This record gives sequence, structure tokens and C-alpha cells, in this order.
Amino acid sequence: MENLINLTIDNRPVSVPKGTTVLDAAASVGIDIPALCHLNLKGTCVRNAPASCRICVVEVQGRRNLAPSCATQVMEGMVVKTNSARVIRARKTVAELILSDHPNDCLTCPKCGDCELQALVTRFNIREMPFQGEQSSRKKEHTVSITRNMDKCILCRRCESVCNNVQTVGVLGAVRRGFDTTIAPTFDRMFKDTDCTYCGQCVAVCPTGALTERDNTDRLLDDLCDPDKVVIAQPAPAVRVALGEEFGYASGTIVTGKLATSLRRLGFDYVFDTDFGADLTIMEEGSEILARLKAFLGGDKTVKLPIMTSCCPAWVNFYEHNYPDLLDYPSTAKSPAQMFGAIAKTYWAQKMGIPREKLVVVSIMPCLAKKFECEREEFKVDGNPDVDYSISTRELARLIKRSNIDFRCLEDTDFDKPLGESSGAAAIFGATGGVMEAALRTVYEVYTGKTLPRLEFTEVRGLDGIKEATIDLAGFPLKVCVAHTLGNARYLMDKLRAGELDYHVVEVMACPAGCIDGGGQPYHHGDVEIIKARAKAIYAEDAGKPIRKSHENPDIQKLYREFLGAPLSERSHHLLHTRYFDKSLK
Amino acid sequence: MSELIISCEAVREVEALCDEFHNDPGELIAILHAVQNKLGYLPEEVQRVIARKLGIPASKVYGVVTFYSFFSMTPKGRNPVSVCLGTACYVRGSDKVLEEFKRVLGIEVGETTPDGRFSLDCLRCVGACGLAPVATIGEKVYGRLNPSDIKKIVAEFED
Repeated sequence: MENLINLTIDNRPVSVPKGTTVLDAAASVGIDIPALCHLNLKGTCVRNAPASCRICVVEVQGRRNLAPSCATQVMEGMVVKTNSARVIRARKTVAELILSDHPNDCLTCPKCGDCELQALVTRFNIREMPFQGEQSSRKKEHTVSITRNMDKCILCRRCESVCNNVQTVGVLGAVRRGFDTTIAPTFDRMFKDTDCTYCGQCVAVCPTGALTERDNTDRLLDDLCDPDKVVIAQPAPAVRVALGEEFGYASGTIVTGKLATSLRRLGFDYVFDTDFGADLTIMEEGSEILARLKAFLGGDKTVKLPIMTSCCPAWVNFYEHNYPDLLDYPSTAKSPAQMFGAIAKTYWAQKMGIPREKLVVVSIMPCLAKKFECEREEFKVDGNPDVDYSISTRELARLIKRSNIDFRCLEDTDFDKPLGESSGAAAIFGATGGVMEAALRTVYEVYTGKTLPRLEFTEVRGLDGIKEATIDLAGFPLKVCVAHTLGNARYLMDKLRAGELDYHVVEVMACPAGCIDGGGQPYHHGDVEIIKARAKAIYAEDAGKPIRKSHENPDIQKLYREFLGAPLSERSHHLLHTRYFDKSLK
Repeated sequence: MSELIISCEAVREVEALCDEFHNDPGELIAILHAVQNKLGYLPEEVQRVIARKLGIPASKVYGVVTFYSFFSMTPKGRNPVSVCLGTACYVRGSDKVLEEFKRVLGIEVGETTPDGRFSLDCLRCVGACGLAPVATIGEKVYGRLNPSDIKKIVAEFED
């Protein structure tokens, strides 16, 4: 290897490529320098390196001041000490100074046990608060998705980095200066008065309890205890490959069977699956793709291409806010969770003889924007929402623990029928490229009338920000593109607006890597390997399914036979499709 | 949402100023200076126009505007009062002069009286330390101020 730099860290020789930071060089030989503001999900564009917290300082021989290891590049012959008495004391003092303006309410903080600052306090053996001073008192906000308590903010700027650099939503930013500095939405507004998409990535990266999810677990407990209500569950694909982490399983452990059992133990009357809704989405969206393609090939110049996926609620918010002139491009298909709700409260409720007002549909989602989606007026019938509310993967884990359920000892069970049957195509909705791959499996077979020789479309898998592929549809080259993060979505939408986007189908997911790294998932604390393991598990879940194409799901076929008729039928349009609104800030 | 309080003509002026700086995000501070010189202040819509022209989020523009005390989001009064809090003035009691201005005008630093007659700011040194403590109202400089003078001085500007 060329360009290797040799240095010494804690008396150990280290060789790393040029440009490596001291923090990463140390990690390569098993030296775990504590860091706080630093964040780098390698392989994605999620990065924050302001070197502002000074927790990761190290001693560099020949340098007068301590150096922040996250922002100091290795140099030939460098001699670094990460654990000298000077460094250990300085690091502790830095943490104590951060604590001097931090609320002292860990016991009741929503982040307790998952807080990176709290973990450092334990690690640095801080047993008293030596510095007392003025305490910040800032605006608090509870939206339907995100709760903001900036008194707990340590100004690491991670949320600002993801909101601006990764998502390009540009809502959160540092305002004012000195002690008055805070991270706030533009013009100190409330989130609801901004372009916030509720993607929840700010929550996913916040090291403390400043940004957390809106907790719906007490509401759910009340409903589960109410004998007059029939409460049904629908967990999303990405939940089953991450929930296990909250109970000590290695990341990437598939806990689908235990998930179903735990929901039953919690008292859900029926345990169904959002994957059923995902298969239904493919039927509707796939038919819409085919309809637009056929019109296009028939010479219709007005047809809008590319058709874009519409499963991701943060992405929907994003284009409603930023691209009101392009609202004809996304598919009109509702998200799987909303399709599930619409079918549960009509087809299934009628079958079971349950009145709509007694039925409570709860979605368990890796996502915070789903909470907002449930509140959309267009997804309500006479004020009664198709999906009553949504809880995150983290909230479910808390509820399981609170209800004395020993998750690790649970036996595996299956989801209830009929709304619990699903294909492998639905399972992969949780990873970037998954919706596209699922759609291609159905679109190909319906269009060509042939069986796919190979089910896996590996070209659209993986962490690349924008992936493209050309699929041979019986001689017609179908050009597809997959993007994750809203920054990449913006890049595509700007090209579309300029008339330079040459694809037929585009998939967008707002979160990096897709729903598996959603704002409601167990915290990754900057470890990208966790996210990669979840992706691997998603594809393993697909490979293990007897049915792997949405159109082959027997309960989906039955639903069309008994109730909907055909995809894009009048009833399908009424129940399973939606429209979009211009929500740009004037 | 904010009400639209600036004219289309003002928007065009802001856009022209951004163009003068080639819409370069690196020139944000210079652009904010130029725009404030022209309009007297930097309201939300103006910051949005600048953000759009430079291709940066409005949150960035707002961050810079709130960081520097020179920039203001409220229109200045017809008679802008600035009290010097530089070292020489401060040791000669300019803090008490400032308090008296606040009391007499009924506003805090950075605010404008509801009738738009006065606004109140502080600054650091106008180069008249020999006259400390000093305040300026518009172009006029007042030296050797005593809190008891303030009421009379303010009355000079009744219009």
C-alpha cells in the first residue's frame, strides 16, 4: 500500500492511509477515543465534524495545545497520547463544563439510558457537578412527530448537519451567539410553520434528549386496556430487523416471530403486518407504472414520467413543500401503512362486523414522519383516521419492557390472516432500492407475461446515494433510478424541473439507507455497521419467504377477487390512492 | 406566516444587490451589509430572497443575521440612538445613561418605539473618548452625558 502514514498512539505503532484522522487511526488499533459532536456514518453522506465539543482531545508530542482527534489528520512520525493524566483530566473538565448548562433531570429524561452525554459522564467517572452557572431556558415544542427541548442541547450541530447537508431541508440552524446560541428552526419558528418534513433524522443523530420522538405509548396502553375497542397492529418491514437490538440481540437479528408474539402479549386483538400493505402498494403502484408506460409507448405526450414512489411520508412532505409544480409525477398510491389502514377499516372490519369507531389501527414504524402522516385530513373518514396513530420501534421496545414481557424468551408466532400474509417483495421495502426491486418483480412479469429468470435486482441495492439500472422489459429498456436522503432527492427533482431527468421510474426514501435507518429506529450512535447488518437481514428475510412476488400473495389475490375488483379500479382509487397539495411557504 | 411588508421594488433591489456580488454564498455578510444600508433592516422576506438568490437555506442567513449585533430585523427609528459602551464611556457611567434612555423611551436595546421615532442600540467607541460618556442620535453626537440630561435631549426630537 502506498501513502501509508506511520505514527505512534499510546506507544503502539499505527500505519494508516494519508488523510486519516487521529480518531480513526486510534480506532483501527482498538483505541476507543471518546467523542461527542463527531458523527461519521461511513459509506453514507451523514457526517458532522465541527470539532466543537473538545471531548476527543489528545496530546500530540511537540504541540502545545491538546488537539481534537476527530479533526486532526495523522502525520508521519506523530506521537499521540490518548490517555495521559493531562488528557484524562482535560476531557473530564470539558464534560463538566458541558454539564454546567445542562438540565440535571436524567432520571426522567426521555433519552435516559440512550444518551451519549450520560454515557460519557459514567465513563469519565464524574460524580459531582463542580461548575454552577447560568442555565439556558429555551423554547420547547411538541409536534405530532418530534419533541424539541433545546435546554438539553449541547450544540454539537449534528442535527444541523443532517437537516442542511444530508437532507437539504434547511430548517435547523444555529442562531444568535455566545451563551444565547441555540439550534432553532429558521426565524425561530415552530417546526409546524417551516419546511420540516418530520424525517426524524435530527432525532436519529441527537446525542442527548434535545430532540426525541413524540411518545404515543400511554395512549396505546389506554386503548389496549379498553374492552370496547378492537386494537390491531401493523409493524413495518424495518422494525423486525432492528427491534432485537433493544433486547441485546446482535444488530441484524431477525425477530419477526418474537415481534408478533410480543404484540399479542401486549394485548393487541389482531396482529397483522404492514408487509400486506406493501404487497398491495406494489399491485397499485405497479399497475400505475404500467399504465403510464403503456400511454407513453402509445405516443401520449402528456404522460408524466418518471413516475416516483410515494411510500415515504417525509419524501411526500418534501415535494409538497418544495416542488408544488411537479406534484403530477409521484404515484398516487398511498403508503403501505395507509393502504393497510384503509383496507382494515373497510374490507376487514365489514367481514368481522366491527364498527369503524371501535376499531383502532396502530402502526409500528421505524419512522417519525408516519406519526404526521396519520394526522393528514385526506386519510380520515368523518374525522376518524384510517391509521389511528403510529409508534416507533423504540416506543414498542419501551412498552414491551414496561409490560414485563421477557422478549428473549418469547416463542415465534405468525401474523394473523388475512392481513398478515406477505411476500418477500414486501419485506425489502425497508431498505433503499427495496420498493423499486419489489415493483420490478411484479411489473416485469405482468408486462412480459414471463417468469423472471432472476428475482434479485442487485443493481438497486446498497448504500450508493443514487443508483441507476436499465431493465430489459421484452425489448423495451426500462430506465430506473433509486435515491435515498432528501439531498439526493433534491438533486433529481431539480433535474426533473430542468427537463433533464431521463428515467421511467424513480424511488425515493428520505432516510439514509432507507427505513432501516429511520428516525424511529434504535439509535445507531454513529455505527454504520448496525445499519448494514439491518440491510443484510432485510434481504435474508426476503430470501427465506416462500412467496417473493407481491402479485403471488394469495390473500392479496383474494382481496381483489372479493372486494377491490382489480388494481386501479374505482374502489381501489377511492381507498388506496391519494392526492398532493401545494404546501410551499409563501 | 409573516405578512408581506416589503414592496416588489424592494425585492428587485435586493436581487440586484445579490447579483452585484455574483450571488456568491461567500459574500453573504457583504450582501447583508449592502441590503441593510439600502433598506435599513433585514426582515424575513428579505432574508428569504437572499437565501434563494445564493442557493443556501434561509436558516443559514438567519444564523448570520442573529450572530452579528450590527444586523437588525426590526426597522430603525427615524432617530436611531446609539449609546457607547466602550471602555472609556463605560467607566464614566454610560451604563446609567443607557438605562435612562431605556426608561425614557420605554424600549429595550435593539427595539424601536411604536411610533417609529426612536430606536435604541449600543456600540463600542465613536472615537470621542474625551467626551465620555457619549451617545449619538442620528448624525448628532452628545458628550459628557448625565442621566438627568436624557429627557431634555429626547424632547429635542419630538416631531
